[in-house]
Amino acid sequence: MDQELRELYQQVILDHNKSPRNFKKMEEANHFAEGFNPLCGDHIDIFVSVDENSVIKDVSFQGNGCTISKSSASLMTTIVKGKKIEEAEAIFDNFQKLVTGKDLSEEEIDGLGKLAIFQGVKEFPARVKCASLAWHTLNAALKKEDTSISTK
Amino acid sequence: MRRVTESKDKMEKTIFNVQKIREDFPILKTLVHNKPLVYFDNAATTHKPKVVIEKITEFYEETNSNIHRGVHLLSQKATTEYEAAREKVLNFINAKKLSEIIFTKGTTDSINLVASSFGRAFVKEDDEILISHMEHHSNIVPWQLLCEATGARLKVIPINDDGELIFEEFEKLISPRTKLVSVVHISNSLGTINPVKEIIAKAHEYNIPVLVDGAQGIQHEKVDVQDMDCDFYAFSGHKLYGPTGVGVLYGKQEYLEQMPPYQGGGDMISHVTFEKTRYNTLPYKFEAGTPNIEGVIGLGTAIDYINSLETGTIYKYEHELSEYAHEKFRNSFPELKIIGNAKHKTGIISFILEGVHPHDIGTILDFEGIAIRTGHHCTQPVMERFNVPATARLSIGIYNTKEEIDYTVNSIKKVFEVFG
Repeated sequence: MDQELRELYQQVILDHNKSPRNFKKMEEANHFAEGFNPLCGDHIDIFVSVDENSVIKDVSFQGNGCTISKSSASLMTTIVKGKKIEEAEAIFDNFQKLVTGKDLSEEEIDGLGKLAIFQGVKEFPARVKCASLAWHTLNAALKKEDTSISTK
Repeated sequence: MRRVTESKDKMEKTIFNVQKIREDFPILKTLVHNKPLVYFDNAATTHKPKVVIEKITEFYEETNSNIHRGVHLLSQKATTEYEAAREKVLNFINAKKLSEIIFTKGTTDSINLVASSFGRAFVKEDDEILISHMEHHSNIVPWQLLCEATGARLKVIPINDDGELIFEEFEKLISPRTKLVSVVHISNSLGTINPVKEIIAKAHEYNIPVLVDGAQGIQHEKVDVQDMDCDFYAFSGHKLYGPTGVGVLYGKQEYLEQMPPYQGGGDMISHVTFEKTRYNTLPYKFEAGTPNIEGVIGLGTAIDYINSLETGTIYKYEHELSEYAHEKFRNSFPELKIIGNAKHKTGIISFILEGVHPHDIGTILDFEGIAIRTGHHCTQPVMERFNVPATARLSIGIYNTKEEIDYTVNSIKKVFEVFG
């Protein structure tokens, strides 16, 4: 396989695509958002439960998307769980830099942890939106409360 | 035995012609990821033969001037070439009059022109516009905008599991409130060739005009607007081996005359005062502002090019290639499913692979040099109808070969290597 392709489709990414983590609807969520990628029809629902100290207690997702968008969503849920909202936002900023090929300090790369495997995406401009759809949707969910979620 | 030899000779002749045609398209020599380009995204846009590219360069180097404006030589030359292209379009689709050929930005613009202008003249509250379930967004949204503005309603002709329009349902949906039927000639996501002649004949029994969205029709079938008897036919230049940003709206004069201008500006007037403006005659009434002059002239050259290849031969070759591709794809992998299996189909194969998202197919094939489209192809209602989020789509053009189809089917194996 071509080197660039191997960078894109790393084993961890393929694994998260095959067995996505936190891939379910969350009845007790107090934040919710729907994300669409109008270019390709990808669709994602993000459910978040935030406590009174602004800590993300739990997060899950459902929807349809390619390997990159699905594994990105899956990994995102494992990373942001237990983090404060502002911490999650900081990770999103750095993740966005990573996939768009912007410079990151060593400290910032360390902060991304496992998410660093998405650096191959920067070689594929058409796939950047796939990688960041879940994050944009999480961002939207955190910005608004959605109590109607359980009836959805 | 003699027959076999004859058909073999004929085939060789066709193959020979394809190689010759390939020589006319400079981009086909491009390498993609160090592999020869295999271009199967012709439904999105086609490549341009050298003559078209050269014509556009020549226009800017030797003619460039505005049209219908100046007395100077270059302006006259530009005007002559622009109007000559109108005549080429007229002959290509066998229209009756030059006044019925309007240059637009493309199919989308042509449909919007009708929705806006025909809409203002003929559509009011509680009227109905009839479209089909397989329409491109550009033949859905302009009508929704019209319905929002007027209080008219959009009705949708259903399609069956093979992706064919259900004619009986179409007949049932016709009502005294139907003001226009707007259907696609060939579906861009399913490849279905619609029975447009029958649809038009039926609609005309009730005196309902019909618009045909020819974005995928004009390059794959002989279009004779008089024989088809459509009231409007819309198409784009760039899907007909011509430049982007130029298209055509054919309309019957009886309707165009009754329709108000779509846009106001220069060239579409005959006399302007602050109190009242008199509009120009057809087709200029619908061509406000400086048009895409080099685009129109380039489209004229693209039509010359296609005519030089003998259209009958192209359609036949494409049909053979399409049959071959369908056969190959159907017998390729058990995980591969074709979406759209109409009896009358063109060389468009929308497919899905079980367990692999179309985007990932697209990226992996790209690394083999193969360009296909992945996504919903601007036909989200079709995707919903077949309960898929997206498809991978291969679409054939005049320069494609059987070898390229074999290579593509073989390359799908690489997808399984990654995701298997």
